[in-house]
Amino acid sequence: MEITLTVNGEKVTADVEPRTLLVHFIRDELRLTGTHVGCETSYCGACTIHLNGEAIKSCTTLAVQADGAEITTIEGLADGETLHPVQEGFWERHGLQCGFCTPGMIMQAAKIIEENPDPSEDEIRHGIDGNLCRCTGYHNIVKAIEYAAAKARGEEPEPAEWETV
Amino acid sequence: MYPREFEYVAAGSVEEAAQLLEDNPGAKVMSGGMSLIPMMKLRLLSPELVVDIGRIPGLNTIEDRGDHIAIGALVRQRQIAESPLIPMALKTAAAQTGDAQVRNTATFAGAIAHADVAADTPTAFVALGGTIVAKCVDGEREIAADACFVDTLTSALEANEILTEVRIPKSGGGSAYDKLGRRGGHTDYSVAGAAAWVADSSGRECRVAVGGVGTIPALASGVMEAMASGASPEDAAERACEGITVLEDLYGSEEYKSHLAKVFVRRALEQAMANAS
Repeated sequence: MEITLTVNGEKVTADVEPRTLLVHFIRDELRLTGTHVGCETSYCGACTIHLNGEAIKSCTTLAVQADGAEITTIEGLADGETLHPVQEGFWERHGLQCGFCTPGMIMQAAKIIEENPDPSEDEIRHGIDGNLCRCTGYHNIVKAIEYAAAKARGEEPEPAEWETV
Repeated sequence: MYPREFEYVAAGSVEEAAQLLEDNPGAKVMSGGMSLIPMMKLRLLSPELVVDIGRIPGLNTIEDRGDHIAIGALVRQRQIAESPLIPMALKTAAAQTGDAQVRNTATFAGAIAHADVAADTPTAFVALGGTIVAKCVDGEREIAADACFVDTLTSALEANEILTEVRIPKSGGGSAYDKLGRRGGHTDYSVAGAAAWVADSSGRECRVAVGGVGTIPALASGVMEAMASGASPEDAAERACEGITVLEDLYGSEEYKSHLAKVFVRRALEQAMANAS
C-alpha cells in the first residue's frame, strides 16, 4: 500500500506491506534509528514518537494507520543545533545510563511538560508509567524532566544534587 | 515481531465496513489497534483482513443526548478520562487504563469489543448499566452491558457486527472505580477491581461490577441484594465473588484475588456513596 506522511517536517511517500509496524518503517525504511524497539509488546515505551501531536507507541501502530499523519521522532525534536529543553535536561542532569530508553523517555517527557508546564514529581512519575528504564535510573530521569519544565517556563532550574552536597 | 500477512482496508463509512465484514468472515475490525495489534503480533489472532474503522468520520464524539451519554467507537480512553460528561466510575477506570501513550491510542469501545476481564473500563461500563450499539448490513441492535460479555476475550458481538457506539445512562447518583494494578497501585491491568453506581448516598439501590478475577466483568448480584436489604458496604462486599468463578493467574491465587475483590467492592461502594452526597 502506498502511504504518504510527514516525518520531522519532510513529506515521505512509500510502498509498505499492511503488516509493517510504524517503528520498523521509521527505522528500516527511513533509517531514523533513534526510535528504539524494546519490548515489542507496548509496555516499555522505547518506541514512543509523536503522531499528530500525541505521544504514541510506534511498535503497536501499523505504518498504514499513519497514512496522512504528521510524525515527529527524536531526530526531529531539536531546533537545529538548539536542543529541546528535555534533551538539555537529560544532558545536564544525567538522565540516562545505558541510553536505550532515552529517546522514548524524551518524547514522552516533551508531552508531559507541554501539557502540564509545572508538573509535580508524582505527575512526572505517573506520566512516564509507560516508559521502562531497565537501568532503573528513574531518579535522574525525573530530575531531568523537572529541569526541562523549569527551562521551558523560562525559569532557572534547581541546581543539580551533586552541586549542593 | 510481525503479524502474519493480511489485507488491509481503511473503511470510509460504517456501511462500507459492515459490507466488508459480511463478505469476509475472516475479517477483524480495528479502531485504535492497541489490543488487536498485540494479539496479531503474538499470532494469537491472524485475520485475513483488517477493516480499519479509524478513519470513519463522526465516530469520535462524546455527546449528551438528554437521558444518556453517547460515546462514539473512536473515542480514546484519554478523552473518556478528561470529559466532564462521563460518570466518575468510568472516568477513573479510563484514567487508570494502560499508560499515557496507550490512552492516547486505545478506544473505549475497543476495550469492550476486546472483552478482557483485566481491563478497567468494561467493569465500569457494566456497573453503570450501559449499552452498546452493534451494526451489521442488516441493521443494528442494542446490547445491554450485562449481556455484552460472554467468556474470556469474547464479547456478544457477532463476526459481522461493528460496535459503533457505547451509551451510558444518565442515572444521577454517584459512582466510583478502584483496583489493584499488576504493577502496584493503579498502574497496569487490574489484578482485581470493582466499580459501583449508587442512586443516592444510602447505597441501597446500586449496581456493582467486579473485574479482573473471573472470565468476564460481571455484576455482583449478591452484593446488590445485600445492599438493597440495608447491609453495610463492608458486609455486602463479603458476597463480591458470588456467582463468579475466580481464576488463579500469574498475579494472584484464587484466595488472594477473592480477597481483593471484596476490598475493592467495599471501597468502590463507599466512594460511590460519598460521591452521591
